Amino acid sequence: MSDNHAEYAAYPDTWSEQESPRSPAPAPSAAVTPADTADAARLVSFGLQPKLLPARDAEYAELLRRYQEDPAFARLADAVATGLGLIVLEVSPRAGMAVTAGEDSVFAVRMGDYARRANTDSADRFLHGLAHLAVAAMAFPRPEDLADDGYIGRLTVNGVDGFVRQACLRLEQRAEEQGENTDPATDAPGLEAAWRVYARRSTTGATKDARRLAGSTTGIIAKAVAFLTDSGFLQRTGDENGGSYRTTARYQLQVRDMAGSAALTELLGLGVVPVSDGSATLVPPHEGDDLHLAADAGLPFHS
Amino acid sequence: MTSPASTDLAPPQLSAGPRPAQGPAADEGLARRLRALACTAPLHDLDARKANLAGEYTVYAMAEIALAAIDLVTLHMDFDTGADHDQVVARLLPRVAAQAPRRPAAEHERVARWVLENLINVGSVDRGFRAVYGTFGTDGVYVRRDYDFKLVEEVPGYGGGVCLRTTDEAVNVLVGALDTDVTSAQIAAEVKLEVLISRGRLADAQLAAEQARYRTVQYAETLRRTLEATRRNVRAVDWLHGVPDMIAEALDHVADRYRHENAILTNIRRARDEAEEPEHKRRAAELVDIVKDCIRRHTQLQSRLLEAGPLFRAEQDRQAFAAPTRYTGLDLYGQLVAPVLPLPVERATRVTDAFFAHGTGLRTPASVRLGDLVDLLLTPPVEREHLGAEMPEPDLIATPDDSRFSERQLADALRLLDLEHDAPRRLSGLLADARATRGDHPDHGEDLAYLVALLAVHAASPPVGTAYRQGEERLLFAVDDGTPLDDPGFGGADLIVGTALLDAAGMAADRTEAT
Repeated sequence: MSDNHAEYAAYPDTWSEQESPRSPAPAPSAAVTPADTADAARLVSFGLQPKLLPARDAEYAELLRRYQEDPAFARLADAVATGLGLIVLEVSPRAGMAVTAGEDSVFAVRMGDYARRANTDSADRFLHGLAHLAVAAMAFPRPEDLADDGYIGRLTVNGVDGFVRQACLRLEQRAEEQGENTDPATDAPGLEAAWRVYARRSTTGATKDARRLAGSTTGIIAKAVAFLTDSGFLQRTGDENGGSYRTTARYQLQVRDMAGSAALTELLGLGVVPVSDGSATLVPPHEGDDLHLAADAGLPFHS
Repeated sequence: MTSPASTDLAPPQLSAGPRPAQGPAADEGLARRLRALACTAPLHDLDARKANLAGEYTVYAMAEIALAAIDLVTLHMDFDTGADHDQVVARLLPRVAAQAPRRPAAEHERVARWVLENLINVGSVDRGFRAVYGTFGTDGVYVRRDYDFKLVEEVPGYGGGVCLRTTDEAVNVLVGALDTDVTSAQIAAEVKLEVLISRGRLADAQLAAEQARYRTVQYAETLRRTLEATRRNVRAVDWLHGVPDMIAEALDHVADRYRHENAILTNIRRARDEAEEPEHKRRAAELVDIVKDCIRRHTQLQSRLLEAGPLFRAEQDRQAFAAPTRYTGLDLYGQLVAPVLPLPVERATRVTDAFFAHGTGLRTPASVRLGDLVDLLLTPPVEREHLGAEMPEPDLIATPDDSRFSERQLADALRLLDLEHDAPRRLSGLLADARATRGDHPDHGEDLAYLVALLAVHAASPPVGTAYRQGEERLLFAVDDGTPLDDPGFGGADLIVGTALLDAAGMAADRTEAT
């Protein structure tokens, strides 16, 4: 506080308004006042409430308008966000002040806080992560869906589970065709193929209190979508098929600009280079595939 | 083991013949056989562990109950759902009870539930079984491996419920040799059935019919999965040729089977009706039920096939008319999900962790001030108001009694009009009586006469319908016989007022008949 003291003393008129925690990037023009900083911080605080819609809040909408029309104010708001350890994805009337947590930010979500079992059980850790990846893949099945700002994805809990299960089934069949023995060595569970971990976890299960079995795959996916709904990324639209959801603009931004590239970087780091020519991999099966014989023939897994 | 199919426990690969030499090839066959053997282990295990249960359960043949349970679940697997947990238990109970008829019913149910829960393996997080076996790899190194499998699995049903389905492993344990072309196997079974029936060998016929039904169930399951995949992604399916051809083929198949099974049904019905021996009659009757069930399943399959076209068009409307975009984005499935799944789980977790860390958004950490916390903890809980807010005392204003006649006048008038049924009176006489009545008011008599006149005029059109419905015994009536009334207060006809007796009992009887 004492550091800021001298700085604020220059603005005796607005002395009482020293709300903003800090203003790390003082604007070049002398027009920026502590009141402006307070407004910029207020806009960031709106961004920290991801379920709040600009269309429902006049003050939020007004601050967004100001962000778009006043470059100095925009820089100020960006600076406040950066100082808090936030990354600004987009500022627009549709997405609001879309910010997300930086890697070491206090706002970041940690796997250990998200699911306690994930700390000790490597299979659970993988399944929780895969659930989030699969939800995104189901929400934006084609590359152009992720790129198209107007696209709204729809998904259901059971649909995501079926999607992943069939991908696993396809891998199992491929392994069988090639005569591979995919049963993992007993003393090296970490070498088990990832799809097997998913395939052998049960889809659902009866519990004594009629809730979803938390450890089942639908339970894990339901936890993921509930969490994403709280993050303002999904909106619940119904109860059918284990719960149906649609995506928000923020989710698209988050997956496109943050999560997708981060995961891809990690994958490249493992030496796996998925080649893509930009066209969808979920395409119709080849001509001549005996569609009526294989149970999963209608699947989007011919790549 | 009364289940006819269960005698064939050996999986198909056991017939592969002896392997000449040791080595990877021989080991592969061995591994398959070991896995097949492992599938039966949970059943044997039930009988081995029943001694550990609290209670004297050795009398029950657990493996038999388990096989019957797998049987039941397989037969009740419908298109969308599986078998209902409680229903399977209920259907198991007769068999369990037959094994120990003197034990209490609660114990029978406990045994049935124990067996079913052990088939699901409720205790483990995967709800499955694991067997360990060893093989020699191509490099000659001996490796122990885990084989994971399930027998009965729980799947989501309608309305968020949980249903049971048998896995392929379980079906293989149960029937065996199912790893063949479904269509041809079914045709073969049905041809066999027809021959058997024509030769009058009903016992064999039932066995063949039951096998045909297993195959019908499997065929339906195959189609169900195909249609589900269609629903998931329109573009993933070849709707130009592939699926329409498949649907046409399947519809032909249904029509064919329907004809075929109806023919069988006619034949068996005749066999049932002509059969002399009660055992034959019973078997034929069971066979009729099985074939009927087959027909029901085919009908269900057909209705699904007919829904497929409209489903495609609706999905296409939803998915295909999205505007093309200027640039392409990341292919989440092709570039992330598909490459991650075949990786070893250790390495795959690094990718999913990265996605999780950047894809979950943010959480604003909750911060607590100690002062607030202390206040919060020390505040006594607020009494819950069960009754809601207190109602204000209503401010009542006495309304003035503006009745034209008093209660006493009404009583007097009714007394005057309470006439014997065989002694009607003239209105003039009643009015005179009324005027003569003394009351607590100087105008009592005059007012009473007015009331009597009103009641008499009312009685000129007696409410017969109401009296009939209410079952009244007497009814006041008034008749005008043309005599004019000579009265200082009233003009008109000097009515004859009397009481009619109604047949209350008869009316009551009529009413009950009418309803």
